[in-house]
Amino acid sequence: MFNHLLSLLIWLPIAGAVPVLLAGSSRPNTARWLALLMAVLTFAVSLYLIPQYHADAGGMQLAESHLWIAALNVHYSLAVDGISVALILLTTFVGILVIVGAWEVIQDNPHQYMAAMLVLEGLMIGVFCATDALLFYVFFEAMLIPMFILIGIWGGPRRVYATLKFFIYTFLGSIFMLIGLIYLYLKAGTFDLHTLAALPLTLKEQSWLFFAFLIAFAVKVPMVPVHTWLPDAHVEAPTGGSVVLAAVMLKIGGYGFLRFSLPIVPDASMQFAWVVILLSLIAVVYIGYVALVQDDMKKLVAYSSVAHMGFVTLGVFIAFMLVREQGNTDAARLGMQGAMVQMISHGFISGAMFSCIGVLYDRLHTRSIKDYGGVINVMPWFGFFYVLFAMANCGLPGTSGFVGEFMVILASFSANPWIALFAAFTLIIGAAYTLWLVKRVLWGEVTNPHVAEMKDINGRETLVLGAFAALVLIVGVWPEPLIHLMDSSVTQLVQVLAIHKV
Amino acid sequence: MPNFNDILIMLPEFFLVAAACVILVADAFMKPAERPFLHWISIAVLVVTIYLVVRGQPSGSVTAFNGMFIRDGVAEILKVFALLSTILVFIYARPYLVDRKLFVGEFYTLMIFAIIGVMLLVSAGNLIMIYLGLELLTLSSYALVALNRDSKLSSEAAIKYFVLGALASGMLLYGMSMLYGATGTLDLAHLHDAIPQSTMPHLLVFGLIFMIIGIAFKLGAAPFHMWIPDVYQGSPTAVTVFIGSAPKLAAFGMAFRLLESGMGDLSQHWQLMLAVLAVLSLAIGNLVAIVQSNLKRLLAYSTISHMGYLLLGLVNAGPEGYAAAMFYAISYALMSTAAFGVILALSRAGFECEEIEDFKGLNQRAPWMAFLMMLSLFSLAGVPPLFGFFAKLLVLQAAIHAGMMWLAIVGAVFAIIGLYYYLHVVKVMYFDKPVAGTEVRLQPDFTLRVALSLNALALLALGLYWGPLLGWCKQAFAG
Repeated sequence: MFNHLLSLLIWLPIAGAVPVLLAGSSRPNTARWLALLMAVLTFAVSLYLIPQYHADAGGMQLAESHLWIAALNVHYSLAVDGISVALILLTTFVGILVIVGAWEVIQDNPHQYMAAMLVLEGLMIGVFCATDALLFYVFFEAMLIPMFILIGIWGGPRRVYATLKFFIYTFLGSIFMLIGLIYLYLKAGTFDLHTLAALPLTLKEQSWLFFAFLIAFAVKVPMVPVHTWLPDAHVEAPTGGSVVLAAVMLKIGGYGFLRFSLPIVPDASMQFAWVVILLSLIAVVYIGYVALVQDDMKKLVAYSSVAHMGFVTLGVFIAFMLVREQGNTDAARLGMQGAMVQMISHGFISGAMFSCIGVLYDRLHTRSIKDYGGVINVMPWFGFFYVLFAMANCGLPGTSGFVGEFMVILASFSANPWIALFAAFTLIIGAAYTLWLVKRVLWGEVTNPHVAEMKDINGRETLVLGAFAALVLIVGVWPEPLIHLMDSSVTQLVQVLAIHKV
Repeated sequence: MPNFNDILIMLPEFFLVAAACVILVADAFMKPAERPFLHWISIAVLVVTIYLVVRGQPSGSVTAFNGMFIRDGVAEILKVFALLSTILVFIYARPYLVDRKLFVGEFYTLMIFAIIGVMLLVSAGNLIMIYLGLELLTLSSYALVALNRDSKLSSEAAIKYFVLGALASGMLLYGMSMLYGATGTLDLAHLHDAIPQSTMPHLLVFGLIFMIIGIAFKLGAAPFHMWIPDVYQGSPTAVTVFIGSAPKLAAFGMAFRLLESGMGDLSQHWQLMLAVLAVLSLAIGNLVAIVQSNLKRLLAYSTISHMGYLLLGLVNAGPEGYAAAMFYAISYALMSTAAFGVILALSRAGFECEEIEDFKGLNQRAPWMAFLMMLSLFSLAGVPPLFGFFAKLLVLQAAIHAGMMWLAIVGAVFAIIGLYYYLHVVKVMYFDKPVAGTEVRLQPDFTLRVALSLNALALLALGLYWGPLLGWCKQAFAG
């Protein structure tokens, strides 16, 4: 059997970026078509993961491992479980849509834009595949470079501030993780995640490591109070950058908790679970209110992302309380699964929301809510999609937004009704800021004369929004395949939670 | 009595000395139009020297001239990379020198003498040899800095370099005399044996302190860094690129010979001293670099911070730490030649291209140069997957292994601060619009472009596959 599938997935888009870059600024269309071809190819290869991955067996599959640095015993080792497969599919899917979405929008050096997107895609897939901590770290950090360039070159007016903040913030978070990883390496003699998970550690060591990991992944998720880079980065990033950032990059933070914090430092994670739960609830409630008062559409969606990602961290850490204090593994599984579904679903919804804002921005060149109003009168098809995604964003049953949130709230109710109460606030606040946004942008009379001249979405935009809409509905109505894909991996993770290392 | 075997052991050095003399004489008889030959001959000489270094490498460590000269794995690696970086310097420097009418034979002769100094220094087995090697290197460097004798800035830099350098040499010599007083020997191996039996431990520590000052001076570690910014900025860029590469390797070699070969038993004293120097260098280098507007000066302060990281490796005082520090020195030499190489490639007659402003919008005018510069800057900043990241990883690991977790955390914090000014330059190149009326004209020199591309891409390639190099470094210290 061909067992380099994961390597192919990582390196295909990265290698594909080279011909795209070589197409040069003089042949923008060649660059665009080449980039699209690479993205579609990558997506096709990633679809091949579904038959190759045995969802019922669980565990890390499709493993490949080569000695990378003999002197340090670092391996280039890749493997995936159900959660990674789902996230990889999300990445490759979004990868196509951002390239289609940027087609005519990016006029300034499109070849560089497309190449940066492809490199970014490959590196993100690498993050989801790596089972060696150093390899993970390399992908995790290398991702910053293309994103830095994307925001910095094609971003809005304050792009330089935003992109520097983004880079330095994330770097700040991860360098402490690096020190933690070096410490672990010196103890275990390897960076292999599986071995590190089996390494006995005292509670004191675990606590230090927990906070080293927490700061790295909390910045990425982002959690309150280290979320401030996100609104800036989102607002200034080009549409494609925002989509990738919201749909995939934020997930890497949540994914990191699953791969590092939970298996390597379970006891400290248990001890400090309340910190994460508290911060998640603050994100859900307080950031929801912050989103309410935004007058910039992108900022509003950015804050709503922070609030929604709060559900992911809540679902993951509530599982600790359930398993260790109550022995309730079923509820723990529910919470964890809810968190995973929420990650995927938020990937679709936030990606779609940012694409919608991109559509508006391309026409009017403003993101300010007050410049719009009555858009539905001139753009009925756009209005249709926008309302659909808005509903999904508030968690309407039948859309993917509902599934994850509902599962997490249900699980937290088993743990502590108070937590569930605060988490459920999102249903109100989320509806409030989203519906109010829709009201101000879509409904009403056309007051701005420029709005009256806006044209409805073209075929390319319909394709992007339609693809997002289809997935939002499919996952909302029939989440079973997605849940099945991740089920055995989630079960194994929940089992890991119960293991005491001290 | 020196015998034939001694000469064989020192063959690369003898060859280079002979070649330097030939080049010196040949230059006197050459017409200016024939000078490009000198350039190629010099490069050929260095290539042959690399071949001699690698070819005649003994399996273990051998000494010549009664222990004066050591030829071992450490010396081999340092010499190979010092020679390699000097070849790059020759290639990068030529168009710059031609444009400024500085394309003279002295440049080549002085450079080769300096590199002989480097080679003697890293192979020194005796305090006298260290001093001789060091003086040969620095005296040639003083003259090189003043190569553009009509420039006030260069002359000022040279004077400053000379005065401070002489002071540092004096300190080093003073420390050596104390060691001699305490142990009665100048030979490093004998010194190592004599230290535990010495009846004057205070004098030893006193001597050690002076040695450390000398080493810190040559490395450019704070608080003995004062000469670095002025010399980097004031020298012709063609010389700066040299000062930032081979001499750093030499300074590491000197530190290793003195501290480990000579005074390994005093490590509990010098570890802490080096840790303090490292913290100061990291702090001063990174913080002051933020406010610089001149790229050469910025890179000078960044050098100071990089020497801080190098010290992080030395603090470990074990084979692992030395390997990490040597790896760091090599990576720094490659990164710094690449970064200065881009500056040289963009400079032309009457335009130095050394202000950060000059790089505005470079991506739109010369995307490939901007890309190469970006690679070097991200590598200097220590962002994976580039070479510089792995070098930092190794020195942080060495510091943690030595039980100095706090030092590693300080290193990590300053890596974040340092990131800012590298990103700032990337920002200027990629995100800013070019200023009208300042068009970029690339040096048309083909070899320069190829060498520079290889140099910068090596940072990426070595980042993806650095195992063999690390293995080589570790092996050198294992024996």
